Amino acid sequence: MISLAGRDIMHSWGKFVFTGFGLGLLIGVTLIMAGVYRGMVDDAKVLLDNSSADLWVVQKNTLGPYAESSSIYDDEWRGIQSMPGVAQTANVTYLTMQVRHGDRDVRSMISGIAAGQPGLPGWPPYLIEGRQITRGHYEAVADQATGFKIGDSLQIRRNKYTVVGLTRRMVSSNGDPMVFIPLKDAQEAQFLKDNDAILEQRRRNQQSPEFSQPGNPGLLEALNRSQNNNPYVNSVLVQIKKGYSAKEVAKSIEKWKRLTVYTREDMEEILIGKLIATSSKQIGMFLVILAVVSAAIVAFIIYTLTLGKIREIAVLKLIGTRNRTIAGMILQQAIALGVIGFVVGKISATFGAPTFPKYVLLEPMDSVAGFFAVVIICVLSSVIAIRAALKVDPAEAVGG
Amino acid sequence: MKQKLMKGLAINKLLDHKRTAALIAIMLPLALLFIYVVVRSGPLAPTLVTQIQVSKVSISPALFGIGTVEARYQYKVGPTIPGRVQTLKVDIGDQVTKGQLLGVMDSVDLEQRMEAQQSALMQAKAKLQEAQTRYQFSDEQFKRYQKLLESNSISEEQFLVKQQDYHIAEAGLAAARQELLRQEAEQKAMQAQQHNLDLISPIDGIVVKRNAEQGTTVVAGQSVIEIINPEDIWINVRFDQIHSTGLNPGLTALVNLRSKSKLDLSGKIYRVEPIADAVTEEFLAKVTIDELPQPLPSIGELAEVTIELDSLPSTTVIPNAALKRIDGELGVWKIIDGDIEYVPVSIGATDLDGLVEIKKGLSLGESVVLHSEKALTANSRIKVVESLVGKDK
Repeated sequence: MISLAGRDIMHSWGKFVFTGFGLGLLIGVTLIMAGVYRGMVDDAKVLLDNSSADLWVVQKNTLGPYAESSSIYDDEWRGIQSMPGVAQTANVTYLTMQVRHGDRDVRSMISGIAAGQPGLPGWPPYLIEGRQITRGHYEAVADQATGFKIGDSLQIRRNKYTVVGLTRRMVSSNGDPMVFIPLKDAQEAQFLKDNDAILEQRRRNQQSPEFSQPGNPGLLEALNRSQNNNPYVNSVLVQIKKGYSAKEVAKSIEKWKRLTVYTREDMEEILIGKLIATSSKQIGMFLVILAVVSAAIVAFIIYTLTLGKIREIAVLKLIGTRNRTIAGMILQQAIALGVIGFVVGKISATFGAPTFPKYVLLEPMDSVAGFFAVVIICVLSSVIAIRAALKVDPAEAVGG
Repeated sequence: MKQKLMKGLAINKLLDHKRTAALIAIMLPLALLFIYVVVRSGPLAPTLVTQIQVSKVSISPALFGIGTVEARYQYKVGPTIPGRVQTLKVDIGDQVTKGQLLGVMDSVDLEQRMEAQQSALMQAKAKLQEAQTRYQFSDEQFKRYQKLLESNSISEEQFLVKQQDYHIAEAGLAAARQELLRQEAEQKAMQAQQHNLDLISPIDGIVVKRNAEQGTTVVAGQSVIEIINPEDIWINVRFDQIHSTGLNPGLTALVNLRSKSKLDLSGKIYRVEPIADAVTEEFLAKVTIDELPQPLPSIGELAEVTIELDSLPSTTVIPNAALKRIDGELGVWKIIDGDIEYVPVSIGATDLDGLVEIKKGLSLGESVVLHSEKALTANSRIKVVESLVGKDK
């Protein structure tokens, strides 16, 4: 049996294929938009995954360390370490800043990681090149997205750090690539003001009669010293022992240490529900609009394609073709168009995604859902075209 | 006519074939590309990893710390009583010798008091002379009356009066002598005080601080001039306690000053402080430099110190990038016939290049995952590649 739809496509295949390509690019953009949304959520999740923590201990009544600033004393971990159910603890600091390398600077999140062995909470869980930090100072592991290479020398505040390892997909919830440096350096970087500010501060202290007492010459020195150290970290990351529930351990730390503790679920709620809530909603809304517009355009394309063939359809009717056959032809064409569009869209989205500055996560289930959505939209929009085709007066074939 | 129609149909057919070919030419690559995309991305794609074989190498563990250049002894010279600085004869950077006068404190009224003391001394001397004269006269009187009494020319009472006079004059002389001694001692005390106003260098060294200028009033014990001995410069280094196994006095150290980062100075650990810093969780050690560079490093300059420990006999090692911690257990992903398995390991010494000694869990020649493009799980499919850098997906 001759496929009427196939014959028709073969008749004007160029037009058909190019329409499919155009449609495909539109679907590709929609898929990428979905990917951008998924990417944002994933950025928040990988931040939590990469810290390899079960609990986050932060300053009381804050949503730290990612969504709000939090600072706790850097010896607080000792008490937490001795709580029942706690397997490992590690101090951690986070600071988003511009990292200078040569002439350019890269926005990154500096994470200070506690000295110890690989596998401690806060350490990068995997590398793609190089090694983990071994020295207590002036070494860095950077994310690939920063563009740094092994052996590069970075400037963070006033110190130079040598890149010894590279990671991949270690980003902050904003998508800024992370740079890991030793905790003590990070504490300093977080606190250290520029030299001018330090001098100003010293001058102010010196001019204040309260601090610059002639009868007590050591006071000013002691004050300046005390203003120049930073015994704080942003959070203590905790891994719990097997067989303990995260909630129970969190509750006991909160109770006895008078700090706020978040579990993994709490943290996801904070990051996805609060931190990126508006921006992800924004992208989500845009995704919906794009999907509606795409659907409308698909409907128009199929409708106009059908209208373009109105004479031929009239001829078909004239020679007594059944309505079912005509409807089937239009439906098949619409679905074929949708399939070509989806294939082109998926390919273009997959190849286009890595070129985006922020992470675009193309979930396979999104693609499957997208495929069905495209097919359903095509079927629905062909209904309008079928209605138009069936209403055609066979006389038009000879009249026109 | 029929022939023409046949020809037309043939052309039509030929065209049809051409169209089909063109359509296939477009659709086939598209379909292949689509299949490639579906297989190579998403959950079906294998995780790219690099591998490394467990090798036997001799590693030399090393410690790394940072410190500041400090003077071993810092001599703070200042007055012992509150006062005003009158003159300062040296400035920062000046070489001074032991015993050199660095400056003088203002004496305020000391000179006047010394003049008064001088007068008091003279007065005491005069008083002594007076007492002596008085004593001599009463001595002679006493002796003469004694003879007169013997010849009964005077009454007993008259003699007793003279005798009393004599004893009084004797006591007066003793008092005047003591008074003179007292005044002399007073003068000496004042001279000592005057000497105390001089600021004297206790050592041969250089002046590093001048804390007060002429005319400044300083409290007792406040330092005015600070002197160090340039030969006694060392580095106060801080080592993180967690990375300080094997830190001992006598070990050779490589010192890298912040201002001369290309220059490695050799030195030695002189002392590991018995008291560690409990707050910063660091050990403190003093490192002396064998040959100090000229000009001398400034006090307070930052220095990086690397301590090379004795190298261990060759043992099984892996790079630290391969180490993971899963469920609280340190281990590595071992590659067995293209599949991975998590093997717990126990580790020993490490060095600064990232090599880790494996004590248990792995044997020589086994392959482990070194780098991976994402975190692995036991169900991950892997594909071993040479390098992961430059492969972006």
